[in-house]
Amino acid sequence: MRHSHRREISLAAAIVAIAAIMALAAPGFFTWGNARDLVMANLPVLIVALGMTLVILTGQIDISVGSQFAICSVAAGVFAKLGMPTPVACLAACLVGAAMGAANGALIAYGRVPSIVVTLATMVALRDGLRWVTEGAWVQDLPRTFQWFGRSQAASEAIAMAIAALLAAAIGWGLRNLAAGRAVYATGSSAQAARLAGIRPAHVIFAVLALTGALTGCAASLNAVRFNQVPANAGLGLEMQTIAAAIVGGTAVTGGRGGIVGTLLGVALLGIIGPALTYLGISAYWERALQGGIILAAVAMDAIRVRTREHGSLAVERS
Amino acid sequence: MRLLEATGIAKSFAGVRALKGVSFDLGAGEVHALVGENGAGKSTLIGVIAGAVSPDAGSLAVRGRLLSPNSPGLARSLGIAAVYQQPSLFPDLTVAENIAFSLERRGLWRRVDWKARTRQARELLERAGADILPGRLVGTLTMPEQQMVEIAKAIGADARILILDEPTASLTGREVERLFAVIASLRDRGAGIVYISHRLEEISAIASRVTVLRDGEAVATRAIGETSRDELIHLMVGREISTIFPKREIPTGDVVLETRGLGNRAAGIRDVSVAVRRGEILGLAGLVGSGRTQLAETLFGLTPADSGEILLHGRAVRIASPGHAIRLKIGYVPEDRRRHGVVGEMSVAENTSLANLRAVSRHGMIDRGREGGLARKYVDRLRIKTDSIHAPAESLSGGNQQKVALARWLAIAPEVLILDEPTQGVDVGSKSEIHGLMVELAERGLAMIMISSELPEILGMADRIAVMHGGAVAGTLARAEATQQKILSLALGT
Repeated sequence: MRHSHRREISLAAAIVAIAAIMALAAPGFFTWGNARDLVMANLPVLIVALGMTLVILTGQIDISVGSQFAICSVAAGVFAKLGMPTPVACLAACLVGAAMGAANGALIAYGRVPSIVVTLATMVALRDGLRWVTEGAWVQDLPRTFQWFGRSQAASEAIAMAIAALLAAAIGWGLRNLAAGRAVYATGSSAQAARLAGIRPAHVIFAVLALTGALTGCAASLNAVRFNQVPANAGLGLEMQTIAAAIVGGTAVTGGRGGIVGTLLGVALLGIIGPALTYLGISAYWERALQGGIILAAVAMDAIRVRTREHGSLAVERS
Repeated sequence: MRLLEATGIAKSFAGVRALKGVSFDLGAGEVHALVGENGAGKSTLIGVIAGAVSPDAGSLAVRGRLLSPNSPGLARSLGIAAVYQQPSLFPDLTVAENIAFSLERRGLWRRVDWKARTRQARELLERAGADILPGRLVGTLTMPEQQMVEIAKAIGADARILILDEPTASLTGREVERLFAVIASLRDRGAGIVYISHRLEEISAIASRVTVLRDGEAVATRAIGETSRDELIHLMVGREISTIFPKREIPTGDVVLETRGLGNRAAGIRDVSVAVRRGEILGLAGLVGSGRTQLAETLFGLTPADSGEILLHGRAVRIASPGHAIRLKIGYVPEDRRRHGVVGEMSVAENTSLANLRAVSRHGMIDRGREGGLARKYVDRLRIKTDSIHAPAESLSGGNQQKVALARWLAIAPEVLILDEPTQGVDVGSKSEIHGLMVELAERGLAMIMISSELPEILGMADRIAVMHGGAVAGTLARAEATQQKILSLALGT
């Protein structure tokens, strides 16, 4: 789990390179307003990607986060309409997310169903269930205290950014400094070896999925309060964005290797491409293609590293 | 011209010589038995014959035709079929489909005539003496039934050379008789059969010749009428103890861990009563599959016991999980260190502290300074060769990985340490270091249970030896009275 930070350095270099191109080609890109929009647009991806990183570190996957996000958004709106103060409505939405994550986690960890199967089922079921309940209608006529928490846009955005920063710092720190963090890495590296060291891999997997649900609820709430109505179809494609960010950030799809700093840089790199292309006057169709290219490059780098490492250890064995 | 002739076959795995120039031959219409201890090289030899293992040196010829290089496909086309101890069937396909796979010879796009295949499968099963419906899923069959399907496959492939690896290990008396009838009929039709078994009485019933493998060498080939059970056992073990073991006599203390009639249906062990004292090394001997590892896993809480009791310092305890065992100060160094003993991607330091993070934590946070100190202490004490305590465990050599696995368990300050094949696949230098360390730990009062398939290691290191057979303890020998012959005789059962 301790690695050379090579991935983080190359990601940072890529971001700097893009910034350099923008500084030469479109200096108008660098304004506070732009930066703030960029951060706010990617905040939900970032928060959910924190959870996704943990899930992938344990060797699992959760593709239902987009559907969870939609439900939590609607839940936050509905709770606010029921008269809950906005912060309470947001916390309640987090609990809804945690419950959905816990359900996924229980099926995966204790039901021993593969995570891709469980979360594919919940992805479809949750989204269609929501469509059936809401009939596609948006949550409207929200109390005035809902949008921007009833404060100024600037204050609300500062709160959202502070929460995201706090969550990222706490999870990054916990992974490095808590026994629970070690348990996550050990479970993903080899569940059997972890079990033999007294760790309970099933509990670890359950916990990271439940936590991811709660983080999805948090991201959905912070996103919902940016508007005065809540759509019933939020979070489409969120699973792909967050998985991509984690993998580009150096988290191994097979689990056991990676970290939060890489994921943050992954979110930044994948998030900056779209606006940069717009400013350069290039068609937005290229955004997906470029993102796909970056993901491929990241996976290829992993494959190369794994191969050299296997050769390396064999060389040691022979000596 | 012999049906099969292997000459001077040699093979090494990661520097360990599994076969050192073995010659073996098989005639048409002959059953040739192959015997030897665990790790004598039987599996490697049949792998070479079946084309699954490519030898480093030596030649293999079938009816005078040299197979170089051999491959599973070539071996199969020459009529070589192997039935391994662990059936290699597709569990989600039916019996007929599994058998059809061995019958299909031509292109991928040819239509398969399932009706004909099912009919053939039924005939083959009948010839193999098995009463199994061809439409059943293989996953629903019992182990002996799966073995019968493998044999039916081999007959269907028109095997001229049939290799049977411990075919009777899971069969009942009647099934064995039926199998022997099948073998006899194949033999009478001119097939050659390589028959591997630990059951020496079976060998004298079915084989005409027997070859004994020991430490990768064919030490003797005898006609079955000219040898005896005692001579075979003597040939199997007859090596001198070449390594000097650092064992010292230490007065042993009170009983630390004791089992009384311990049983575990799921793990296949029954009525195990053993005890280990402070400062004592209890050797657990037995063949692979005799229940040694299962006993260790039961004591460590991986598969909790369902009958009998475990006493720790004279008090009955229930060990329900590894976490539980660790709290009771029981450590377990598993057999497969690469996959289970260490977490390969984690550093030496992280591996050392993994089972006892509380010791290196302050206020619930891991204190990297303390963790590093703990790791350095064990790197020094166990002389672990590593560039840094931050190097990933998988970058170390096998012997050093094993020492890291040991360090993890010493870090919990254990009272009982279970070592499963602690020196298997470890280089000679690390091996004697690990032995030296075990003696040092014994002197400090640690009670150890050592599982080993290497008889000299068991004889050299253990104070007492419990020999397992078929999931139960067949006998316990004191250090002074134990010999390789006695151990093997108990391990083979009577």
